[in-house]
Amino acid sequence: MDAKDILGLPKTPLPITQEKKSRPQKDSQRKPDGISREVYALTGGLAPLMPSIDVSQLKRRPPSDEKITWQWLPFTSSARKDDLQLYHWARVVNGVPPTGDYSFAKYNKSVDVIRYTDEEYEKYLTDPTWTKEETDQLFDFCERFDLRFIIIADRFPTSRTVEELKDRYYSVSRAILIARAPSPGEVAGHPLVKEPYNVSQETERKRALSMVLSQTKHQERKDAEVIAEAKRIAESRMAAQGVEEPDLPVTSDIGPENAEKAIGHGDAISPSNVHVPSAAVAPSTSILADNTSTLASLRMLRVYLRTYALEQMVQAASSSAGLRTIKRVEQTLQDLGVNLKPKVPTKAVCAEHLELRKEILTLLNLQKQLQYKEAEGSSFRDGSYGDMPGTPKRSLRAADQDRTFVPDTISFGGERVGKREQKRKGPGRVSETPSSPAHKRPRKLKASDL
Amino acid sequence: MINSSSSKKHGTDQQEISGPTAKSQRAQMGKPEESENKKRLKDVEISVPIVFGNAAFWLGKKASDYQSHKWTVYVRGATNEDLSVVVKRAVFQLHSSFNNPTRVVESAPFELSESGWGEFEIAITLYFHSDVCEKPLNLFHHLKLYPEDESGPMSTKKPVVVEFYDEIVFTEPSESFLARVQNHPAVTFPRLPAGFTLPPPDESKRNRGDTKDHPLSQWFLNFSEADELLQLAAARQQVQAHIAKLRRQISMIDGQNQQLKPPSDQ
Repeated sequence: MDAKDILGLPKTPLPITQEKKSRPQKDSQRKPDGISREVYALTGGLAPLMPSIDVSQLKRRPPSDEKITWQWLPFTSSARKDDLQLYHWARVVNGVPPTGDYSFAKYNKSVDVIRYTDEEYEKYLTDPTWTKEETDQLFDFCERFDLRFIIIADRFPTSRTVEELKDRYYSVSRAILIARAPSPGEVAGHPLVKEPYNVSQETERKRALSMVLSQTKHQERKDAEVIAEAKRIAESRMAAQGVEEPDLPVTSDIGPENAEKAIGHGDAISPSNVHVPSAAVAPSTSILADNTSTLASLRMLRVYLRTYALEQMVQAASSSAGLRTIKRVEQTLQDLGVNLKPKVPTKAVCAEHLELRKEILTLLNLQKQLQYKEAEGSSFRDGSYGDMPGTPKRSLRAADQDRTFVPDTISFGGERVGKREQKRKGPGRVSETPSSPAHKRPRKLKASDL
Repeated sequence: MINSSSSKKHGTDQQEISGPTAKSQRAQMGKPEESENKKRLKDVEISVPIVFGNAAFWLGKKASDYQSHKWTVYVRGATNEDLSVVVKRAVFQLHSSFNNPTRVVESAPFELSESGWGEFEIAITLYFHSDVCEKPLNLFHHLKLYPEDESGPMSTKKPVVVEFYDEIVFTEPSESFLARVQNHPAVTFPRLPAGFTLPPPDESKRNRGDTKDHPLSQWFLNFSEADELLQLAAARQQVQAHIAKLRRQISMIDGQNQQLKPPSDQ
């Protein structure tokens, strides 16, 4: 009964005779023709709205004119060197067995390993580190194992590294190619000739890879730290140089790159590459340092676009600022009606633009400073809540207000400093004036302010 | 734009502490560069103002699916002067669907005309004469065929023009370069170190490569730094005033906080 449920069949326990009669009626309900019952049941017993399989195509193919049988027949393969005869099932059409080569023989590809003659060996291929027997054996293996050097290295009687084997094979093949070619130009395009195998590079590369692969998480973290440290040191070194001798060409740009490469090659090398300079440069000179280093790197370029130079200088100037500050600078620029990227970037325009950006940064910093000072001030006053009931709320409000610089192109709201002072006199106030700056609304410049 | 007068335009020249190459104004005598016996002037830069962009004409009735616009991408001197005094050749790298997408232009005017339907980024590489600079410079321009206002009608008479102003800056130029281009209108000549003299230029080899009478010149845009400078100066004034105000306020509060500290400290 459960099975019938699962299959979605009706539960009626009809006897067989009755089943036979009622089957034609129930057929359409039970299953469509063409699909077996189990398959139909997989769909949940419901017919799909659009039949995904064209039902008429299934099992209703017109019987083909050909007579097809399957026979157990012998076959040979051109891929085999012997004449071994094997047997398999073959599709026989009208009594004609399939012709042609074994269908999989075409996949039997192998590498064209160049074989040299003995004279060629004497003439071109002798090498102090390799005997003729070894070289012969190497080439045998290469042919046998289709240049699978790992296997060749494994089976080689004398112990040779994979790189050595590859080196010998490729240099021999290359020498033969060049020697046999009628003119050097003809083989110049051949990959073996164009790109010779570089043993030292390969060894180094594999060593570096394995070092990177075998790095533990701890190592990774250490590496990241070292890179950051190297960068900082290089920058402070540049700053020290830049501040003292601005005319010196800056080579320490290469410094962090070198450190990074060294680290990439293996952490064994990196600690020795990074020296800690004795001169520590104060952060306030960092902006100047960035500027000088950018200038120097621009000079090294010999040719550049003014817009590119401006971008670099802007980046250098805002390197100390976070993303939000940069966005605020840009917002301010827009509010002031200045293009973020000057439309006519002449030298003068770029200089002015840069100065403007720096001034806006100063402005934002000052605004922040002011906020802190006021918060400080109001926290001093918060000593006794009872005395000054109004203060906490107001000082909080002041501290919370985002003191955005809204330039006068947008609004001309007046700042009534004097009047507000008078209104805000509260009981037990130490002095009146401190409150007024703390309670200003977002500043709006009056025309008279300028 | 003729030579050194450009830097004296606004009287702020004297206080050019902040310009990226302020040093070029108080340049010292350059040390000779060892390579190639070319004497280079250190701390001197020379700039070439250029404008690059494209003009695209809709083909109207003659437009087909694959050729709806005829466009020209170009690099010209900002005042339509001849750039070939500096630029040896320009290579325009087009979209790979074009035949021979790498187009080389060996002489001024440095431009390329084609017809097509699509907008794509064109890489323009400028190669300079050997005494100017060994390294080429890359510019990128996104070809614009369709007007900003998509709903507006497209005209076959008025092209869609997009241009960008920029300046190519050459640092530490060689003496031979400077000698060759002095008095050339395409180049912004720097102020040379005191007492430095150059041999007179060779006037004879002057081919006509300027774009003053170029067929497209009626559509060229004008770029004037005056407006931008005014804008920037006004903005700076505002910001500076605000900074001064804030500074006053901060010092005021500092004073007050000093007074507040002893009594109300918890």
